[in-house]
Amino acid sequence: MRNMTEFRFKLYIAGRTHRSERAAWNLRRLCEKELAGRYELVVVDVLERPEEAEEQRILATPTLIKELPPPMRRIIGDLSDAERVLAALDVGGGIPSAGEKYAS
Amino acid sequence: MNVINDRMVEKIETGIPGLDPICCGGFPLGRTTLVSGTTGSAKTVFAAQFLTAGIARKQNGVFVTFEESPDDIRKNMMSLGWDIAKLEAEGKWTFVDASPQPESETVLAGEYDFGALLARIEHAVRKVNAHRISLDSLGTVFTRFPNPAIVRHELFRISQALKMLRITAVLTAERTEDYGSISRYSVEEFVADNVIILRNPLGEEKRRRTLEILKFRGTAHQKGEFPFTIASREGVVVLPLPLMELKQPSSQVRISSGCKELDQMCGGGLFQNSVILVSGATGTGKTLAVSHFVAGANHGEERCLLFAYEESREQLFRNGTGWGFDLERLERENRLQVQCTYPESEALEDHFIRMKNCIAEFRPTRVAVDSLSALERVSSVRGFREFVNSLTSYLKQEEITGLFTSTTPSLLAGTSVTEAHISTVTDSIVLLRYVELYGEMRRGITVLKMRGSAHDKEIRQFSIDGRGIHIGKPFRNISGILSGNFLQVVQPELQRFDGLFEPEAPLD
Repeated sequence: MRNMTEFRFKLYIAGRTHRSERAAWNLRRLCEKELAGRYELVVVDVLERPEEAEEQRILATPTLIKELPPPMRRIIGDLSDAERVLAALDVGGGIPSAGEKYAS
Repeated sequence: MNVINDRMVEKIETGIPGLDPICCGGFPLGRTTLVSGTTGSAKTVFAAQFLTAGIARKQNGVFVTFEESPDDIRKNMMSLGWDIAKLEAEGKWTFVDASPQPESETVLAGEYDFGALLARIEHAVRKVNAHRISLDSLGTVFTRFPNPAIVRHELFRISQALKMLRITAVLTAERTEDYGSISRYSVEEFVADNVIILRNPLGEEKRRRTLEILKFRGTAHQKGEFPFTIASREGVVVLPLPLMELKQPSSQVRISSGCKELDQMCGGGLFQNSVILVSGATGTGKTLAVSHFVAGANHGEERCLLFAYEESREQLFRNGTGWGFDLERLERENRLQVQCTYPESEALEDHFIRMKNCIAEFRPTRVAVDSLSALERVSSVRGFREFVNSLTSYLKQEEITGLFTSTTPSLLAGTSVTEAHISTVTDSIVLLRYVELYGEMRRGITVLKMRGSAHDKEIRQFSIDGRGIHIGKPFRNISGILSGNFLQVVQPELQRFDGLFEPEAPLD
């Protein structure tokens, strides 16, 4: 098994709110399922590091930035819409596989 | 007394030229003012100027841009003489860049808020210790996020946060038309304290910018639309309407019109700090009257600034020489400055700003405008009336004597449109008229109005020669000169001969 970071994510949140927690939880769940061992996730709290939000010009929170692999993508929201997230991230062909759908 | 003061809304001088008097002191301190306007109504200039004017008063500023990139704003404002990059380097100005980023695709997946934007704004305010903030412009945020209800709620949160920060804010928003709902997306619903509207309507083929304070919650302001312009080194300049009109000092000191006989007709000369209108048909001697007035500034501290809109400097000087005035010498002695401009070269508001700047620089005791009628051509009726009001009140405020000329369209009689608008704001009116007498054209002069003084009521003949105007005896046996319907009063031949040898009527 390769232990290489293919996917690098940064999740920007504004404080430890319900919405922030939900976004982080949704993201971790997706990654573990689809990208286990192949991703790296950094969570940035803009209340603590506003200059980083300025640099990345983050407007809304939560914002997820996919830094790697290119192209760079931004996803705004608490990531509760898993299908849209996966499609936007170009993960596993974009949509959940047919097998998964049967399994659930 | 103190208790009352504590409860009153404190104000902060904006520093935008001409705006503070209309605001009765400035913007309400620590509150948000919505500035709403159509595309091209100078919202961004206003928002930027609110900060530069603040920095000039040692109040630092934060500019939150939702539309243009900071780089574009830096470039655009450079043309107004504001070096934003320098202010940034000095730690007096900082941007919060919330402009759209075309380089990265954004997808929406779930609920969100503007927590990051708020954190960035608060951070920026702390970073430069800002007293002022501009947010430009809100409408674009609505187009980038699909759910207007969320955007409205989040912007409301930001406006509440600004209130908590006790920072004075300008928030701009779009309108779709100059006369219609206050703003698109009803932004005014959550920043309802103060609303200013910028307009730029097209009327009579000319754009005319105006500013109106729609409301200032809990504090006074002037009502109605005020014209403004974008001046090249100043930005927004609101034209002062004669708000201070009634406070102006009125002088009893007389100065010479440059023509002794006219001084006598006016009861001993023109009042210093008054405004005189000289009206007449073409060729009746208006520019000559101006030359007299200019040449009258030949002693003591007197100096004259002449704004000429019909003739070039050379023409004026040559004509002057023909009448015995050495205007070139006056100019050499720094008693005279001539500003020749084509009326069509700029809008009336810009003419006014230029005149004001020239006056502030040269510091004349007299100002002549030849002719107002030429300026009337480049403006709407209303704009012209406001211009004359502004100019008159400015001259009075600066205690300058003004002489304006206006051309009547008809040769023998009548009033010009110019006169109809300015006769009430001028202190004195001198009419020059052609008079047809026994098959011959003569010239007549009369002082129609002389505020605060007795004056000659006669219509007198005058002639022009190599030494200027010579005023003679009154017209007798003729009536209807002003209306142009001359009526000769028939008298027995002998009586008429008698009258011929009567001594000239005394002048005063």
